Amino acid sequence: MGERPVPPTATAGTDLIERLSERARFVRTETVRLTRIAGAGHYSAVFSCAELFSVLYYSRLRIDPARPDWPGRDRFVLSKGHAAIGLYPVLADLGYFDPSELDTYTRLGSPFGDHPDMNKIPGVDFSSGSLGHGLSVSVGMALAGRLSSLDYRVYCMLGDGELAEGQVWEAAMAASHFGLGNVVAIVDANQLGIDGFVRDVMAAEPIEQRFAAFGWQTHRVDGHDLRALLEVFGALPDQAGRRPQVIIADTIKGKGVKRMELSPDWHVGNLAGADYDDVMAELGRGEGS
Amino acid sequence: MTTQAQDQSEIFNGTAAVGFKDARSADGTDTRAIPAFVFGEELAALADSDPRVVVLTADLGRSNRALDFAARHPDRFVNVGIAEKNMVTIAAGMASCGYVPFAATFGSFAALLCAEQIRTDCAYPGLPVRIVGHHSGMSMGFYGTSHHSLEDLGMMRTIAGLTVVCATDAHHLRALLRLSLHHPGAMYLRLGRGRDPQVYDAVPDLVPGRAVTLRDGDDLTIIATGSETHPALEAAAILAERGVSARVLDMWTISPLDRDAVRAAAAETGAILTVEEGNVTGGLGSAVAEVLADAGVSVPLRRHGVPDEHVPVGPPAALYAHYQLDAPGIAAVAQDLLKGSQA
Repeated sequence: MGERPVPPTATAGTDLIERLSERARFVRTETVRLTRIAGAGHYSAVFSCAELFSVLYYSRLRIDPARPDWPGRDRFVLSKGHAAIGLYPVLADLGYFDPSELDTYTRLGSPFGDHPDMNKIPGVDFSSGSLGHGLSVSVGMALAGRLSSLDYRVYCMLGDGELAEGQVWEAAMAASHFGLGNVVAIVDANQLGIDGFVRDVMAAEPIEQRFAAFGWQTHRVDGHDLRALLEVFGALPDQAGRRPQVIIADTIKGKGVKRMELSPDWHVGNLAGADYDDVMAELGRGEGS
Repeated sequence: MTTQAQDQSEIFNGTAAVGFKDARSADGTDTRAIPAFVFGEELAALADSDPRVVVLTADLGRSNRALDFAARHPDRFVNVGIAEKNMVTIAAGMASCGYVPFAATFGSFAALLCAEQIRTDCAYPGLPVRIVGHHSGMSMGFYGTSHHSLEDLGMMRTIAGLTVVCATDAHHLRALLRLSLHHPGAMYLRLGRGRDPQVYDAVPDLVPGRAVTLRDGDDLTIIATGSETHPALEAAAILAERGVSARVLDMWTISPLDRDAVRAAAAETGAILTVEEGNVTGGLGSAVAEVLADAGVSVPLRRHGVPDEHVPVGPPAALYAHYQLDAPGIAAVAQDLLKGSQA
């Protein structure tokens, strides 16, 4: 295996919780700021997974920003690629590239579009955008890891609306069939798609039972509770095991900004003028978290 | 053509009364003369010295002989079951970790069912995934529309960053597989049903992006690809007996197309007949027409293949005769083209 960089933080003390909370807020404020640059963008789908991004990138993933292509790194596949606007600031913050580059977001020729591009952005392990593909990518990466005798894990974040895509279940079937204990799916169950509540459009529940029936070990957690998230990620069985793991994170789409919470109107939107200032102030006060 | 290949050709042409299963495992024949049959075996040999090679299939390891690979490299063989989209994207995930995956299924499922996975997960990130679409064209005959792969060339060649190539025979397929190991991006390899008669005496030295001139001639150029290359050569022989001199190109490289060879054919032989086992809309014929149009060259051109329709049920040989895609048919179409060009 060779070198194994120590994750940025390791223990679940109060300082860690505070730091992760602050980084989740950073994800949200950067998302609002970058969306203003673009004139439109995905807010609410990022706000639901801000704590998940924070926990993964600041305490969980075995990565080395100085070596984005390190073969032994943990992989992160953002299957719900439209949350990329929340991922970019994290990657910049960790040192994958200069944060000033973010200001080109969505401009002509910018590496930063609405969905992540692995060939343009250091730290992005796979390009995504079309929903339903990420878990298959993760299965491929996990098979490759096993074949190469590398002990990395592959984390794959999906939305609950995305579970309507059939390919997700093809991949779910394959992960358990191949005994891929090095795959961790994370379902950001934020309850909303573009057209409304997932339960009304195409019900994804019961998510736990469905994954369990496909041979996965399931975990369900409040996706905004940092302490609970640290606990569930920390308690995952060793990746050498044979059972793929899924963490179903119950979240609120738009979490952190009252007007956006569980509102289908904010899947894509824009804030201007006083609204922008209000939202930034609200995020600064941290009332929604 | 060897005697054994002739025997296979009879099976291929439907004159031998054998079922799918029997034909696939025909006793006493040189299976190495059959393209799809060497697919797994050649890759197994390549994988001996190249640890990046992995093979995936979707419950068709018997049909495409991926099982020959699995027997030698079981740890590098992945059968995903009947889940083609999953297969292509898994292959992309493996490619992102340094492997060179060959993902094989029937051409119709590979190209039509997985078009988006091929574009978005393989071609766009520039990953070295090889999508292997076998049993292409009408080679599955009476299996019907769902199993006919007539649109794949047209669809695949519109995907940026995807190299599209067709295997001509067993030797040619070996050459393509060897070539593919050093190709940086994604690739669609179109294979026949595995019974194409031999065109090449040995494994050819293929130059990427360059067609092979199989026969020179002055009166017209027949540009063929894949399984239509052999009947095109036979047609040229028939034409020669009738005093018509036909150049024959094996346009195995569909994307990129050998534009120089097309322009030279127009300039030097004056008329062009394209022959493909697929819908004439969007495929080889369209690609050649685009080259001529872009070059401002106007020569008599006939795009010969399957018209824009769903083909009827029937054995492959009957279908080739129906669409004049056998040697006599191609010769007749060529003469018709020349007659028209003289009028």
